[in-house]
Amino acid sequence: MSVLAVAEQRDGVFRKVTYEALSEGKRLADGMGSDLVALVLGSNIENAAGELGKYGAERILVAEHEALAEYLTDQYTKVAAEAIAAENPEVVILGASTQGKDLSARLSARLGAPLAMECVAVRVENGNVVATRPMYGGKVIAEVALNGKPQMVAIRPNAMSIVETQGAGNVEKLAVDPGESVLQFVEKKLETGKVELTEADIVVSGGRGMGGSDYAVVEKLAELLGGAVGASRSAVDEGWRPHSDQVGQTGKVVSPNLYIACGISGAIQHLAGMSSSKVIVAINKDAEAPIFSKADYGIVGDLFEIVPVLTEEIAKVKG
Amino acid sequence: MEILVLLKQVPDTESIIMIGDDGRSIKTADLKWVINPYDEFAVEEALRIREAQGGKVTIVSVGTDKAVEAIRTALAMGADEGVLINDPAIAGIDGLATARILAAAVKQIPYDLIIAGMRAVDDDNFQVGSAVAELLEIPSVSMVIKEELDDGKIRCHRTIEGGIEVVEASLPALFTTQRGLNEPRYASLPGIMKAKKKPLETKTLVDIGLDASVAEQTTVNIVAMQPPPERKGGRIIEGETAQEKAAELARLLHEEAKVL
Repeated sequence: MSVLAVAEQRDGVFRKVTYEALSEGKRLADGMGSDLVALVLGSNIENAAGELGKYGAERILVAEHEALAEYLTDQYTKVAAEAIAAENPEVVILGASTQGKDLSARLSARLGAPLAMECVAVRVENGNVVATRPMYGGKVIAEVALNGKPQMVAIRPNAMSIVETQGAGNVEKLAVDPGESVLQFVEKKLETGKVELTEADIVVSGGRGMGGSDYAVVEKLAELLGGAVGASRSAVDEGWRPHSDQVGQTGKVVSPNLYIACGISGAIQHLAGMSSSKVIVAINKDAEAPIFSKADYGIVGDLFEIVPVLTEEIAKVKG
Repeated sequence: MEILVLLKQVPDTESIIMIGDDGRSIKTADLKWVINPYDEFAVEEALRIREAQGGKVTIVSVGTDKAVEAIRTALAMGADEGVLINDPAIAGIDGLATARILAAAVKQIPYDLIIAGMRAVDDDNFQVGSAVAELLEIPSVSMVIKEELDDGKIRCHRTIEGGIEVVEASLPALFTTQRGLNEPRYASLPGIMKAKKKPLETKTLVDIGLDASVAEQTTVNIVAMQPPPERKGGRIIEGETAQEKAAELARLLHEEAKVL
């Protein structure tokens, strides 16, 4: 019996959600009286893989092949499916990142396995996973029961805590046959230094109240906080911000420790996408804006006056 | 180019969602229903490809009688034909069972390219499109914000954390849409008139070579639904000046909320 956590790395560096998946997997394994096994796919990753023992992995299965240097859906699906079939775990847990979503969807179909996506809590009842997951963009919190083997759980980034528990961490290299890919990797373009919205601890968002594409005040505050910049749908529709910045039911769902909404009135679809944030701050000229009914702290005022001084005051507090 | 669009009808995202008396479904009576926004991107992209290359756009949906409206809307936007899989057995099925039904339906239709939304904004499964491709044993690329077709190949720009990745696949292939791919057109009045005469076929599970057992293979069951924890409006910070308010907020975030 085991819980298998699929680790995700990019260019040899594990993503934060990997540690979250391992920590949660360890907790589940303990509850089931079984072991946590980690599975790592990639190229030149054997050295990095040992680190996963810190998060409770008894065994670390390393599927190393130069063809796995970049994520390609079909080869990753094949290698992961074969490793999972050989290991035959009760539960497979992984992060619901863009890669984790893509991989788990195809894996679920290949393995005929039940899959709960974007879980925010997981427990095991009578050997079956019961996962808590938002639906309707966060307007509903559902509990879903999985039946079958393995039961697959993709966890939402930032929703679960990282716990260090030393496991044996024995590294085992797998015999890997990624096969020929029908996909061709062309290139990867990353914006260096950009904090990903769904992974950020702090998000500062601007809405219609920004009045244009100049987000300098919001960007400065986000930069000071080491956070990400978000936007409401209307700001994106106006072309002020890229689509990848959109927070809401039809954009990204975020659950940072701190969400600061600047000039956002709080449309239902926006609130759905950020109301699971731990602390919400709203800054808006309109005292009647619905956003204030969800905010822990609110300031009624012009964001262009408030945000720059708030940035100064926060800088003082942070020392 | 034969293009299929996998489409789902969902409650409008501006809807307030209420939980039903059984505690594990939603109240549907007063909802406004629309094409899943990500599927709307799929319809638009299919139409643009057909306009550039010729061919046919067929909408394939799993749903109840009501879903006819969503398919008609897609036909009014310009799609050519629709197929609705409507069967009493399909109530409450999970994402994988939906994918099995769609895959069976798709096998009866010629296709070069399948486009689906990356997720439906009701179940938020992010699963069905890629699972259909897996069952059809064709390549899939998810979360695509730009595509270029050339000589039997499709080059897809997909969003990843902090950037994009460019991947190429040979046709036939499936890709799922990400916000930013395009701006869907509205159905024109002549489009709406024409849509009424376009072919829309309803099929049962038996018609696509399946039976009710596909629904019984559902292994993800909703056991409870709750509204999200109620957030109460908190404190409005008072002060004479922006400076005073900002200083008080910074203090509260640091000392009370402990998030700084």
